[in-house]
Amino acid sequence: MPLIKERRVAVADPWIAVADGDALPADAAAIVSAARWAAEREALLGRNAPLDVRLKPDQGPETIVADLDRLALVAVEFPAYTDGRGYSTARLLRERYGFTGELRAVGNVLRDQLAFMARCGFDAFEYAGKTPVEQALAAFDEISVVYQTAADRRRSAATERSDRSRVFLNGTCG
Amino acid sequence: MYVYDEIDQTLVDERVAQFRDQMRRRVAGELSEDEFRPLRLMNGLYLQLHAYMLRVAIPYGTLSSAQLRQLATIGRRWDRGFGHFTTRQNLQYNWPKLEDTPDILAALAEVQMHALQTSGNCIRNVTADQYAGVAAGEAADPRIYSELIRQWSTLHPEFSFLPRKFKIAVTGCADDRAAVKVHDIGLVARRNVAGELGFEVIVGGGLGRAPMIGHTVRAFLPERHLLSYLEAILRVYNRYGRRDNKFKARIKILVHERGAAAFTADVEAEWEAMRLDAVDLPPEEVARVAAFFAPPPYEGLPGGEDRALTAHRFEDRAFAQWLPTNVAAYKQQGYAIANISLKPEGGIPGDATSEQMEAVATLADRSSFGEIRVTHAQNLVLPHVAQRDLHAVWQTLRAHDVTASNLSLVSDIIACPGLDYCALANARSIPVAQRILRRFAGLERQHDIGELGIKISGCINACGHHHVGAIGILGVDRKGEEYYQITLGGHAGTDASIGEIVGPAVSSEQVVDAIDTIVATYVAQRRDGERFIDTYRRVGKEPFKESLYATH
Repeated sequence: MPLIKERRVAVADPWIAVADGDALPADAAAIVSAARWAAEREALLGRNAPLDVRLKPDQGPETIVADLDRLALVAVEFPAYTDGRGYSTARLLRERYGFTGELRAVGNVLRDQLAFMARCGFDAFEYAGKTPVEQALAAFDEISVVYQTAADRRRSAATERSDRSRVFLNGTCG
Repeated sequence: MYVYDEIDQTLVDERVAQFRDQMRRRVAGELSEDEFRPLRLMNGLYLQLHAYMLRVAIPYGTLSSAQLRQLATIGRRWDRGFGHFTTRQNLQYNWPKLEDTPDILAALAEVQMHALQTSGNCIRNVTADQYAGVAAGEAADPRIYSELIRQWSTLHPEFSFLPRKFKIAVTGCADDRAAVKVHDIGLVARRNVAGELGFEVIVGGGLGRAPMIGHTVRAFLPERHLLSYLEAILRVYNRYGRRDNKFKARIKILVHERGAAAFTADVEAEWEAMRLDAVDLPPEEVARVAAFFAPPPYEGLPGGEDRALTAHRFEDRAFAQWLPTNVAAYKQQGYAIANISLKPEGGIPGDATSEQMEAVATLADRSSFGEIRVTHAQNLVLPHVAQRDLHAVWQTLRAHDVTASNLSLVSDIIACPGLDYCALANARSIPVAQRILRRFAGLERQHDIGELGIKISGCINACGHHHVGAIGILGVDRKGEEYYQITLGGHAGTDASIGEIVGPAVSSEQVVDAIDTIVATYVAQRRDGERFIDTYRRVGKEPFKESLYATH
């Protein structure tokens, strides 16, 4: 599955997804489920390698918020692209809980959801669409203006407008 | 009216280009129909029984004459010379070709229109009181807040894949014409004792399979917090609304299952946590949008009824009949609100030909400051007509067969497209409406009957709003035959109520007689000045049930 990071196709993915029953790799970066995280928290924190928790749609950021500064990556699952709960999870992680690590969308991640996901704070995508991944990158830039303030901190239309009117006023008033 | 700046225009232009590419990828097989469906739905494109259907957004039901003219042109060029005004103040084209839709969207963008979010599980086109800005006693003009909501909800990154569709309605009047209590969110602008502007926030109303009246979660939300509060409601819904069952996925079910008090507490907690996240708009942006809805440049006309109008009223009986039903009081003296009925005898409710649209656009330029409104009852409005122009306006309308004097009367029927067009329908709506229109064609009898809303839906999704019809008619399929279930006592106003099923469904042959019997029962039971809904609320359904099932 191609990985998109920082709006480019990533060459390699250092992270290894580990199923709940399987042993963890010795020193590699590992992705575990939120359930395993809850059950084996102490042991997992004792490992000498980066850790990631993978959240299901009904597992909100509250599940891991206490340990957020120990996590290098949070993966959020989209079992179907129509399940929009992960968008709220992402915004909360970024905007309310200040998570600055990698936020990765996994599952049914398709071309036409990429721009919405990026606006909500995702910066990595395990891309599952049929459109070739190089072409899918165009999705990020299709709409150049935004009406809302969101996790990507793009300047909203309202901010643009009020800044512009201020510049105008400064210009005319000296 | 709101006029796009280059930011608004850029968005709709880029959205057209984006859709053009999505369609190309669908045709090239890069997108499956399943993957394409939500993309085309977010641009208002449905696959119906016989063809694609394109639903064009008419935000809060406000149109300029140039926009209406363009809708007429599109109807002529890419459809069959007409369009259908819907119960959500939108316009549907029933016969566009898939490959033409990007060009249609481009033609819409030329006049600052779009089809964004007229479908799909997202925040739909916002609706408002059709008399916004012209009715007396408004706390605020709902178009200002509807436009702010339109922008906030457009391509909202967090709320484009909700559990189900989401509809917001706004009114600025205590007298509710926007059916705010049967929307996912209803907003009523009002002023507190200190004179400050705010909103009553009503959540969880809706029709469909489980009709419910909404709950007030905030009696008074200060105006400056509107968008953050909406964002809090949507976030609670997006996270906790049911996704396991399509029929239980609307916010009304979440409110119902969680309980209104607990739901309100969830929203308040979310809002408290997010109110610093800069969702709300700076006051200068609100002021910028508000300036577009300033009153038009009125002539200083005298008060009282215009003399020429009085003269025409005496001379022209048909005109005199049209005035009391179709013309409403205006807040500015010398002016009037002229309603144009799209319910001619035997016609299809809400349909308008391209010629009719052009005629109305020309009238709007001549006599209504270039502005037209669309109502959720599927009619049009010329909102600012000088009283002295009313007769000339009426004459032009008559020349185009849109002077039915039946606003809010028994023949002002609301109907969904039904099985004639819709892939979801169980039964036809339009032919039933047409037969009822013919049965009650005599205006004198209609005036005697008075205000009575008949609303027809071809299936349980309730696009015809049958639950809030004084008489509601729901098409059902019974072993392959069309039957109609009748509900009584529904109402969408400030004192909203959901209609009650009166008894077993009736056949297609029986349904018009059944309506006739119900109306006759009302006439026999009513006391002086009572509307149908008043009589029904006083006597209950028994007398109706008795007369109805005794005759069948």
